[in-house]
Amino acid sequence: MAANITITEERPVPRRSRPGRRRSIRSRVFDVVQAYGVLLGLLALLVVMFAPFAIIAINAVKTPTDLAANGPLSLPQNPTMDNIVTFWNAVDFGGALRNSFVISLLVAVFATILSLLNAFALGIGNVRGAVWLLVFFMLANILPNEAIVYPLYYMAKFFGLYNTQLAVVIIFTVIQSAFGTYFIASVMRAFPREILDAARVDGCGKVQLLVRVVVPIMSPSLAVLMVFAFIWTWNEFYLPMVFLISNSQYTVPVAVAVTQGQHMMNESQVAASALLGVLPCVLFFLLFQRTLTRGITAGSYR
Amino acid sequence: MNRRSSLDGGYAIFMLPGLLAFLVVIVGPFLATIGISFTKWNGVQPPTWVGIDNYVNLLSDPYFAASFQNTFVLLLAMVVIPTVLGLLLAGLLYSFVGRRFGPRTASFFRAGFYLPQVMPVAVAGVVWGWILTPDGALNSILQGVGLGVLAQNWLGNPDLALFSVMGMMVWFQIGFPLVIFFTALQRMDQTIIEAAALDGASGWQTFIHVTIHQIRPEIFVVVLMTTIATFKVFAQVFVLTRGGPGTATYVPSYYTYLNFFQKDLVGLGSAVATVVTMVVLVVAVVFINFQARRDLAKES
Repeated sequence: MAANITITEERPVPRRSRPGRRRSIRSRVFDVVQAYGVLLGLLALLVVMFAPFAIIAINAVKTPTDLAANGPLSLPQNPTMDNIVTFWNAVDFGGALRNSFVISLLVAVFATILSLLNAFALGIGNVRGAVWLLVFFMLANILPNEAIVYPLYYMAKFFGLYNTQLAVVIIFTVIQSAFGTYFIASVMRAFPREILDAARVDGCGKVQLLVRVVVPIMSPSLAVLMVFAFIWTWNEFYLPMVFLISNSQYTVPVAVAVTQGQHMMNESQVAASALLGVLPCVLFFLLFQRTLTRGITAGSYR
Repeated sequence: MNRRSSLDGGYAIFMLPGLLAFLVVIVGPFLATIGISFTKWNGVQPPTWVGIDNYVNLLSDPYFAASFQNTFVLLLAMVVIPTVLGLLLAGLLYSFVGRRFGPRTASFFRAGFYLPQVMPVAVAGVVWGWILTPDGALNSILQGVGLGVLAQNWLGNPDLALFSVMGMMVWFQIGFPLVIFFTALQRMDQTIIEAAALDGASGWQTFIHVTIHQIRPEIFVVVLMTTIATFKVFAQVFVLTRGGPGTATYVPSYYTYLNFFQKDLVGLGSAVATVVTMVVLVVAVVFINFQARRDLAKES
């Protein structure tokens, strides 16, 4: 380190790279103006990002006559819950929330368990062909929905699972565990070997090793996987739309997107439906913001 | 010896449930789709074997051609623009905003840009559909600032529809590369940046020559994942345009959906699905190979 600095010290260094030293007031003023300019620019961009949500929100509580008279940008003159209530009752939105919650939670739990079991065999057990199995899981993770949807649809009808949430839970458990296996196995590669060796010496069995040693140590990663599996499942559209065809089975995205054409909804009610679709996700975002914004690079299913 | 062997081998049984589920839900159906693609089938009567007829027909199928053409245009909105913008924003937030205004300010912006990413795409589509209608918010804004001449039928004009969908995609996608790159910058070796600054490189030069080079693995992952996502685009098109006007916004996923569930052309739909899947797999394998070879070349 020190050597590095002495070497660079010998070169002529342009003034720009030495902040704070012998600089005119003018250039310091310029710096501050520049900094706040950048900040303002970013704020403006952020406003653009939020504008769609804001527009939907103000129009969800606007009466249709108000919208027709004053357009989509004016604030509502007499805010009303009518649109929201009408849409809520038309699609039984409470039911959709319940369906989405149950499906996503079950998938998150089962997919995490399945991923853990797979990753345990691959990462810790190092079963034969582990590398190829991982590649296999990774490729399965990137298959487009349409590559599997029709045979699954046919099977679901055959087994009487069509239009049941169970079908969606089973399918997404497996899909999310493709990513989960890959994710957990790659985290497990850094699992401290000494702990495994110690367990070995103590004559610990495999199930014990998994439950008492691996799970506690892996729990932060397992929690991250659960959060992502939950939200990704909540957000899915194609497969839930294909497999859940009656109103009472709809998930939130299906209820919002499919009913656009089905019911005689006016523009204000469509805005209300969009707002209702957005709100649960804002809640998840606030709850899990730290986990989510760290990002997952090992793969994604969207 | 006996005690040690209790942990050596025999782990395969833990994978049994996972692998079985995989065979039933993914591998089996995928192979079935490939099989069906060589048949003519309406989903009800027994399928009839037609060999490669479906694939031959696809060669002259205008819907199929439009689907793939549009997908290549969508790469711009799903991959290129979000990656470049994500890089710029992550660099700006981390190296500039983070330093000048503190890491909390940077985190606030990062979270704000990320927000659309937690929405269901279908719901985001409804939001944008509402804004893009002829008497919707976008045209009202244009009129409000005196640019009323630019007001358009954003989703109804075949020359514009694809670009309107793309606008929504950029808005939706931007958070993903941003958080990945931001996390990459946090793990980056800061001494290299400091050395570059001491050598007299400007912030911009450091960013182009040092930072981007350092986070190349993440750029690679983002490009790979968003490219694959482009071939899977469905909900955006389903909600905003249903592929229209005409074939202006057709994409492969939507075309297979129509064949499977609206036109009862299950064989043809399966052929389209098989082609898309092969393209996705080839893209993934080529990307990963390329990366692996680069890593090898670097080491030797």
